[in-house]
Amino acid sequence: MMIWVNQIVQGILLGGYYAVIACGLSFMFSVMRIINLAHGSLAIVAAFGLYVLADQFGFDPFGALIIVLPAMGVIGWVLQRTILERSQRGGMLVPILSTFGLSIVIDNLLFEHFGADTRSLAPYIDELSWDSWQLTDDISIGKLAAITFVTAVLILGGLQLFLTRTQLGRAIRATAEDPDTVGLIGINARRVNAAAAAIAMLTVGVAGAFLGMRATFDPYAGGPQLIFAFEAAVIGGAGSLWGTLIGGIVLGVAQSIGAQINPQGFLITGHVVFLVVLLARLHVDEIGTRFRKTMRRSA
Amino acid sequence: MSLDQTIRIERWTPLSRAAILIAALVLVLLAAGPLLFSNNAIDKLTTLFIYVMLAVCWNALAGYGGLVSVGQQAFFGLGAYAAVRLADAGLSVYPALVIAAVLVAIVSLPISAFMLRLKGGEFAIGMWVVAALCHLLVNLDSLVQGETGTSLIALNAYEADTRHALTYWVALGSMTAILAILFALLRSRVGSAIQAIRDNEEAAASVGVRVMSTKRIIFVFAAFGAALAGALWLATAITFQPKTYFGVQWTAYMIFMVLVGGLGTFEGAILGAVIFFVIEAWFGASGVWYLVGLGATALVFALFLPRGLWGWLERRYDLALLPLGYRVTIGGQPPSRERTPQGGPAAPAPTGNAG
Repeated sequence: MMIWVNQIVQGILLGGYYAVIACGLSFMFSVMRIINLAHGSLAIVAAFGLYVLADQFGFDPFGALIIVLPAMGVIGWVLQRTILERSQRGGMLVPILSTFGLSIVIDNLLFEHFGADTRSLAPYIDELSWDSWQLTDDISIGKLAAITFVTAVLILGGLQLFLTRTQLGRAIRATAEDPDTVGLIGINARRVNAAAAAIAMLTVGVAGAFLGMRATFDPYAGGPQLIFAFEAAVIGGAGSLWGTLIGGIVLGVAQSIGAQINPQGFLITGHVVFLVVLLARLHVDEIGTRFRKTMRRSA
Repeated sequence: MSLDQTIRIERWTPLSRAAILIAALVLVLLAAGPLLFSNNAIDKLTTLFIYVMLAVCWNALAGYGGLVSVGQQAFFGLGAYAAVRLADAGLSVYPALVIAAVLVAIVSLPISAFMLRLKGGEFAIGMWVVAALCHLLVNLDSLVQGETGTSLIALNAYEADTRHALTYWVALGSMTAILAILFALLRSRVGSAIQAIRDNEEAAASVGVRVMSTKRIIFVFAAFGAALAGALWLATAITFQPKTYFGVQWTAYMIFMVLVGGLGTFEGAILGAVIFFVIEAWFGASGVWYLVGLGATALVFALFLPRGLWGWLERRYDLALLPLGYRVTIGGQPPSRERTPQGGPAAPAPTGNAG
């Protein structure tokens, strides 16, 4: 019995990581209506950046974020101005195709440079990678997992405050509502979108760091991370910030319970729960529509 | 222009009649392939046929249906897996390849029921999740032994020469059938309907297009084609390792072929497959840089030439070798170079199957 409770606790903590990687995807979708298929690959870029700084220059991975995060911000800005902006003008299909092409380029450039070896940042953070608080005999909370979860909450809360309380945040929300009209009130939609992409990439940088510390990664690990981010974002309701935390937790709990049932179950249960939630949501939407229609007819 | 000039609406031009005749001749010539070429050469051609099927089916889904999927490897892998299972159950190998594809098409029906509710990028990645799940589930089968895989041992019953020739003919026949079915489908009401949905789903629905059933037809067709290609790939490769069949690189290939050849053009997908085949023969050995090049090329085409090489040729020279739409000629002259063979507003094709 306690084993299951432990799995749920671990799943919730894992959900913190998924929330970190999902919130950037969800944020970009809500602002620019783009699903960036290179999202996972860019997280791996950040992880490799931290790895190089730690391995070659002796940086502490947390300290190295001071270099990697601004770099990710610049990548986000450039990405928006060069590829995404042009893609958006080409209709709905072009962003999917161009970001998928970009992910192929990134993955294979990483492979060319770093080879097939799996890497991890765990050796560079010493005891933090395995230290934990023992709650009961069966339940322990890893310090790194706890830090990840708290960071997730801080990032989501920070984004929320940023969007509601700052000038730029309000400009981003206005641009998301109507990119053409904001020009009339003196907002440069292109610059606002580039800023939003830069912010999304900051969260991707943090996600890459936690992925690297928590587990191993290799040049082709971007695809699975994109899938996890997407699943968490969709389960939580695409475009909703706190939803990604709920989505991440649902995904994490499903995976860790699945892993307890069967060694292969980790990924399978995650995907199945995602599809079930998707199906249920569509069904509920349909019932909702029908309900509204009947209401309108009787009104 | 005065009214006494004759206005004609036509589908076939002399050029397109010649093109279809040449296409038929090429197919007849290709059918004699095993009598003329070495085993190595016909293996290469078999690969080309499989690429054509993949490109054409992905183009049907994305270019005509507006449904970009990055998970078509789900059906590619399931096609190969079903063929392994059927052959293991004692079915004769070559019929098993085709039956496997039919089974996968049946499986794709329930998948379509809810994947098609998703739009744009959500559909794209949603299909990737489906592919990942199919991969994991196939790995659970004890016959496949996880990533170790298995092989189509039943093929050993054939002598090498016969095997190469039979696989070649089945591939050629499959490709021809896929092309013919799609050509007919896109020229029918379904073709006009699916392109109307791609251009504007709400508007299409408002003029009576049955959105769901039309999308489903094209989805199941694309699944069938990918599954048939997967089963045929198994017949040439013999070994079945889930990782290679369910890999996302298949989608990368499909996107490359279609974007370079011409998204939403019938001839373009075929052209793209031929280009990919040639590029792979030249640069395939250079490994990683070759893949970087594929991704970069797809990116550049998506941004700067979204209708691909054929789309550009078509507009530049007013070509239509395999016409899907209609063209209006006034007094023997086409009114403008701006044709819309993809069922745009100028094509007076029936826009719906309202009943």
